[in-house]
Amino acid sequence: MDKAQRDIGPEAARFSPAAGLAKLLGRFSAAARRYRIEWWILVAGILVIGFIAFMTVFPGIFTGYSPLDQNAGPQLAKPSAGHVMGIDNLGRDIGARVVYGARTILGVAMAAALLSALIGIPLGLISGFAGNWLDKVLSLVMDSVYSFPGLILAIAFAAMLGPGVINITLAVSVVYIPTYFRLVRGQTLSIKEELYVEAARAIGARRSVILAKYIFPNVIATVVVVFSLNIADAIMTEAALSYIGLGLPAGIPDWGMDLSMGKKFLPSGVWWMITYPGMMIMMLALGFTMLGEGLSEILNPRLQEY
Amino acid sequence: MRRILKYLVARLLLMIPMLFVLLTLVFVVLRVMPGDPVSAMLGGHAPEKVIQEKKKELGLDKPIGAQYLEYLGQLARFDFGKSMILEERVSKPILDKLPATIELTVCGLLICLGIGVPLGVRAARRRRSGHDFGIRLYANVVYCIPVFWMGLMLQMILGVFLNLFPISGRVGSRVISGDFDRTGFYVLDTLFSGKFLALGDVLYHLALPAITLGIVLSGVFVRLTRANMLDVLKSDFVLASRARGVPERDVVYRHALKNALIPIITMLGLQFSTLLANAILTETTFSWPGMGRLLLERIELRDYPTVQGIIVVYAFIVSLVSLLVDIVYAVIDPRVRL
Repeated sequence: MDKAQRDIGPEAARFSPAAGLAKLLGRFSAAARRYRIEWWILVAGILVIGFIAFMTVFPGIFTGYSPLDQNAGPQLAKPSAGHVMGIDNLGRDIGARVVYGARTILGVAMAAALLSALIGIPLGLISGFAGNWLDKVLSLVMDSVYSFPGLILAIAFAAMLGPGVINITLAVSVVYIPTYFRLVRGQTLSIKEELYVEAARAIGARRSVILAKYIFPNVIATVVVVFSLNIADAIMTEAALSYIGLGLPAGIPDWGMDLSMGKKFLPSGVWWMITYPGMMIMMLALGFTMLGEGLSEILNPRLQEY
Repeated sequence: MRRILKYLVARLLLMIPMLFVLLTLVFVVLRVMPGDPVSAMLGGHAPEKVIQEKKKELGLDKPIGAQYLEYLGQLARFDFGKSMILEERVSKPILDKLPATIELTVCGLLICLGIGVPLGVRAARRRRSGHDFGIRLYANVVYCIPVFWMGLMLQMILGVFLNLFPISGRVGSRVISGDFDRTGFYVLDTLFSGKFLALGDVLYHLALPAITLGIVLSGVFVRLTRANMLDVLKSDFVLASRARGVPERDVVYRHALKNALIPIITMLGLQFSTLLANAILTETTFSWPGMGRLLLERIELRDYPTVQGIIVVYAFIVSLVSLLVDIVYAVIDPRVRL
């Protein structure tokens, strides 16, 4: 397949991390040739996410202002050389709020997606593998929740829990547990009928071993794709919650909150307060969607026909 | 016909456990989870005696099991109880606002299908061309636009800068809604009472929110239509009709599209809950006096009985729509009948 692997030889390739990396790179460039457009979608997604993630780690590079500094400039000043994105109604630099707001939304969305995966995946595995009354009850509950508008559920949770970073994470994560449950349960149902699972049973493997070593690794590939798309969704749910004023306490810069603030000044033509935070939400969600789409096309060759 | 009826009864019975789960969930979230509605409502400094009295009045002093049974009993009689804040039954504001929400979502859905299906068909016909690529790009980008930002952008460009459309409310000041308001569905009310000037005004106000909802959801339908059309266009009957010399237009729109529509109808049911969620955000953005805004207003007032009632109504709508979709499905595709 690739030159690097041939030069080093199979034994070395098994042990050396450098050879492993070379092999990986070789595969990646081969993938780039094979998948063309899908590959570039994947790369674009990674670049967008990477850029915003970089922004969350080193906000100082992108802005000199604090997101909470109310004396950054004259109130409602238009974008200018000093303040590229303008000033909001409280005299804060919108650029700084955009940069620091990335932390909140990215953190909440990723934590929420992770949390729902951590709850949904095991439940789906157990439910699909057991297949008894437990499966029936869990499926009924999860299907019902899945059919219900997620945002309304999140609103109810957020309203009961009150504002706060952890509370909004919990509220968002509840919405996506059924997504993982349904996916993993379906996969488990079909995989447990495979011959190699039967073989494992025949040699007397314990149920926990079969679940962990035979079924789980085969389920996880699809989960990766859904996880990425799920973060994109969670980003929009988080933004929606804070837009309607249920998410976060004041003092934490957040894109959704800035949008709802900007809405009040829209009739007087203040376009800069709503343009930039919304654009960032879209870019971030788009990044994760592109990552997920690219991955799904590459991991599932069957989809290629479309 | 009897088979459809049989299917209908079976499907109706299936609706019960689903509704039951949803209603239980609403109960758990609003009553069992931490957070005390009464002290929240009366403020942190209310004397203990007042809190206890209010709790007794609302039946919140009883054990949780008894509360749950009472709640289910009330719902079985379609009784949502009384508001905690205002002297009114919970059902009153809900019935007032429900038509506005339904009107908005139905119009949004129509716009969404009107954009999504033709674009999807076009992309499938010209697969891997510039058209296809552009349409897929549109679908993916639109899917990632938060619906409230879409609303704000349309408000900004079409409402504030170009001054083409109003950015809030259901009717303008020139029209008095009391003149035609019978069912609450303003489009139908004005149409049937022959007040065409008012109808124009109602549609004028409906335009931006409905377009917002429609565009944001259209991405899903573009992708779905495209994928299904690609499948159908590969099938033998399409080849056969082409071989017989059926014009390409008829092959695509009359033969292929009909078959591709079946999964789209299923998706319609699933996406309806997204549509309702998006409608809440759109109502907020456009100050549309619907259920979503009512929900948020009452959450702010901490009027829990009303909040509970609204969420229950949403649950009813969702299960009703999924029932409807299944019935339509059974009618057009005889294979799903029992």
